[in-house]
Amino acid sequence: MSAVQLTPKDLKSDQEVRWCPGCGDYAILNATQAVLAEIGVPREKMAIISGIGCSSRFPYYMGCYGFHSIHGRAAAIATGTKTANPDLSVWVVTGDGDAMSIGGNHLIHTMRRNVDLKILMFNNQIYGLTKGQYSPTSPAGQKTKTSPYGSVDLPFNPINLALGAGATFVARTVDTNPKHIKSTLLAAAAHKGVAFVEIWQNCVIFNDGAWKDWSTKDARAERTIDLQPGQPLIFGKDNEKGLRITGGEVEVVAAADADVWDPTTAAPLAYIMAYLDEREDLPHALGIFRQQTKPTYDGAVKEQVERLTVKKGKGDLQKLIYTKDAWQVG
Amino acid sequence: MIRFAGDSGDGMQITGNQFTDTTAKVGNDLATFPDFPSEIRAPAGTRAGVSGFQIRFSSTDIYTAGDIPDVLVAMNAAALVVNYKDVAPGGIIIANTGNFTERDLQKAKLTTNPLEDGTLDGYRVIAIDINARVTEALAGSPLTSKDVLRCKNFYVLGLMYWLYSRPIEPTLEWLAAKFAKKPDLADANRTALRAGYNSGDIHEVFQGRYEVVPVENALAGTYRNIMGNHAVALGLVAGAELAQLKLFLGSYPITPATDILQHLAELKEFGVITCQMEDEIAGICTAIGASYAGMLGCTTTSGPGLALKTEAMGLAIMTELPLVIVDVQRAGPSTGLPTKVEQADLLQSLFGRNSDAPLPIIACATPADAFDCAVEACRIAVEYMTPVILLSDNYIANGAEPWRLPEMDKLPRFPAAHITDPAGYAPYTRDAKLARPWAVPGTPGLEHRIGGLEKEHITGNVSHNPENHQLMSELRRDKVLGVRDTIPTPEVSGPGEADLLVVGWGSTYGAIRSGTERLRREQNVSVAHLHLRHLWPLPYGLDEIFARYKRILVPELNMGQLSRLLQGEYPDRRFLHFGKVKGKPFTAREIREQITAVLGGKS
Repeated sequence: MSAVQLTPKDLKSDQEVRWCPGCGDYAILNATQAVLAEIGVPREKMAIISGIGCSSRFPYYMGCYGFHSIHGRAAAIATGTKTANPDLSVWVVTGDGDAMSIGGNHLIHTMRRNVDLKILMFNNQIYGLTKGQYSPTSPAGQKTKTSPYGSVDLPFNPINLALGAGATFVARTVDTNPKHIKSTLLAAAAHKGVAFVEIWQNCVIFNDGAWKDWSTKDARAERTIDLQPGQPLIFGKDNEKGLRITGGEVEVVAAADADVWDPTTAAPLAYIMAYLDEREDLPHALGIFRQQTKPTYDGAVKEQVERLTVKKGKGDLQKLIYTKDAWQVG
Repeated sequence: MIRFAGDSGDGMQITGNQFTDTTAKVGNDLATFPDFPSEIRAPAGTRAGVSGFQIRFSSTDIYTAGDIPDVLVAMNAAALVVNYKDVAPGGIIIANTGNFTERDLQKAKLTTNPLEDGTLDGYRVIAIDINARVTEALAGSPLTSKDVLRCKNFYVLGLMYWLYSRPIEPTLEWLAAKFAKKPDLADANRTALRAGYNSGDIHEVFQGRYEVVPVENALAGTYRNIMGNHAVALGLVAGAELAQLKLFLGSYPITPATDILQHLAELKEFGVITCQMEDEIAGICTAIGASYAGMLGCTTTSGPGLALKTEAMGLAIMTELPLVIVDVQRAGPSTGLPTKVEQADLLQSLFGRNSDAPLPIIACATPADAFDCAVEACRIAVEYMTPVILLSDNYIANGAEPWRLPEMDKLPRFPAAHITDPAGYAPYTRDAKLARPWAVPGTPGLEHRIGGLEKEHITGNVSHNPENHQLMSELRRDKVLGVRDTIPTPEVSGPGEADLLVVGWGSTYGAIRSGTERLRREQNVSVAHLHLRHLWPLPYGLDEIFARYKRILVPELNMGQLSRLLQGEYPDRRFLHFGKVKGKPFTAREIREQITAVLGGKS
């Protein structure tokens, strides 16, 4: 196979990027363009499909095929595109409102079916495009324009939702760490099957600093842990601490005693890592929660069509409609 | 007309007699014809052992076409094979699959299962394992398993009562008296009766049969019986083939459209992809995604589903992608009467979207016409790069009629062009039909972006320019109106000038055609019939036709939709609405009476 040589510049469109200055989306856009240049897929075989929201402007800025659709439906449209042509590398770009609220049904079913799509969900815990209403990932109590006395909604944990829906690749990264975005998206691109990637993204205007307790460089070291296949669960400024899971409980241990992370396991360890989000005393997890191999939906659809075409022979409509009970007049 | 057929020991005579008594009690005229087997002790399960009972009933003295059963209840394979040919095309066949085992097929001298080998194409087959259902319903009964199975005739009777809206009380009382000394048996039969009655809801059985217009001089050709939903499925496959595309169906089960999805799911060897999605919205969205990728996207639904697809239709209009949306109308609003007929989604199809969102609409008239209309919907979608709505309804979907089969290689082709030349490419340039080019992902050099935001003329870039929005709105309107250039002016049936023109659309075709023909023939009434296949855009030449008639009557199974559309488009004419919303089709007699009333000055 002749490797396709692209540069990030090849993945830029001629359109001016129009997010707010300082928006976390810029870092994600740059990292995505760099990643897509590296995956060996020609530009014409990439399609970026989005819904509605700030993040969903993404396709306009990409130099490949793009479809900016309607609110919540990107996963369904992308399912049609990928199933119609499994040769394409199809990426869904969405946000917490688009994917988890109005598009929640399509999202869970796309993950359950294991459609070979890469779903990037920018999570800023707010509706930005409509200027500041609480979203399905906003923490309870958050004050927004539609929750002036604090939101009474309890939020989704996106990672738990994806794990529960059966996604075969589940990961999380953060807009303040371009290197980590790149490595996460490269792993997602290499995965055959649905890849759900939550990206903690900062909305500078309507929810500035939502992730700052975990996303700044210093906070990341102390308060996050990076889940990488085959690597020990270690964290801290000098990687001096580790996590060990015993009987469903997580404890902080010395780095040398840390467990080694295995995202392929059938054991419910990924759920335990998602549950760290609810613990003030433990780091929150980034990286790859789950990475499992299962048959893809688009692959299975194609296989059935091919198998039955071989078995029955290529369909002949004339033969199909002229059944044995037909009769002649005149 | 119902025929009950089973083994001599299946209790078909009791079933028939009970149905007869109850039917007489609700005040119907009836005639019965018990058909006992010649050999009273013929071996069970064989053709010779089949016992039958036939009942014909009617609420009025309307002419009915001969002694043809509308419903056959076949308790085993032999009963089916002896009787099915008598059933009217599109009639209901209820088959007890519990008695279609290998052994039953052998006893009936069958090599393949008629429920599976296409023998029953053109009939509405309701396959129920009555043995199993009765056994389940009577779990815990003190009866032996053999006696339990003997209650299955009451299960069937219950189902028939549901289908024909008959009360079950008279039979409950009869059972109490008959088995006064055997309370276990009375209980068991009552339970079986109720279980069968309740199963009617589960199976959503559609009552009524498509009224075939008698054709005196049938054209020469090869014919077969076809039902409307099946014809739509075949028409979509044909349409895709004529467009040199592969067909993609994104759908969600909904009565009465589900059969189309089921038929297409079987046709993998035609390259047809069917995706049963999580909801109606995903059904149309996957179809849009597939059209974007270069297939012919299609979605099938009924009224409530069409409502859910509304926003996505707007997206397909904005992105100018080909798409066929089939709406098999049922009575509404909301869930309404899912198994009953109505043609009340015309205005939803025309206007049921935000903003000015025009798309072409066509409607089929008969089960066989549904094939041609599905092909036509595909043609318009591909030639004009637009979503198209095809309206069918419950009456067509579940009706059957003889279909004069087309020669596939003689049908006009309309090959789609996936462009490949990057020279001068821009996503929103237009051809003579105002269609934009179809550039499919995977094609080098044509990378571009589309979406629901307003597009700049030619470049397709997002544009908020006021002049551009005006221009694009006009282009979308004119493109759809341009479909008129490729559709014929419909022909009037009857005199070119007359006192009355009856204008119809959709499945009322048969009743209007027979009604008007008979009035002309028997009473020399000055009346003509105009049937509209294309509802939007309306064909050229209609106003010239309307001008030649003194009055215009528009019968519809709704509260006034085509009449309202025509009144708006042709304000100088007056359109008299004649509506019916009873969940039933018009009869030719109702049409005749209304015509007579209108012409007699009473409207």
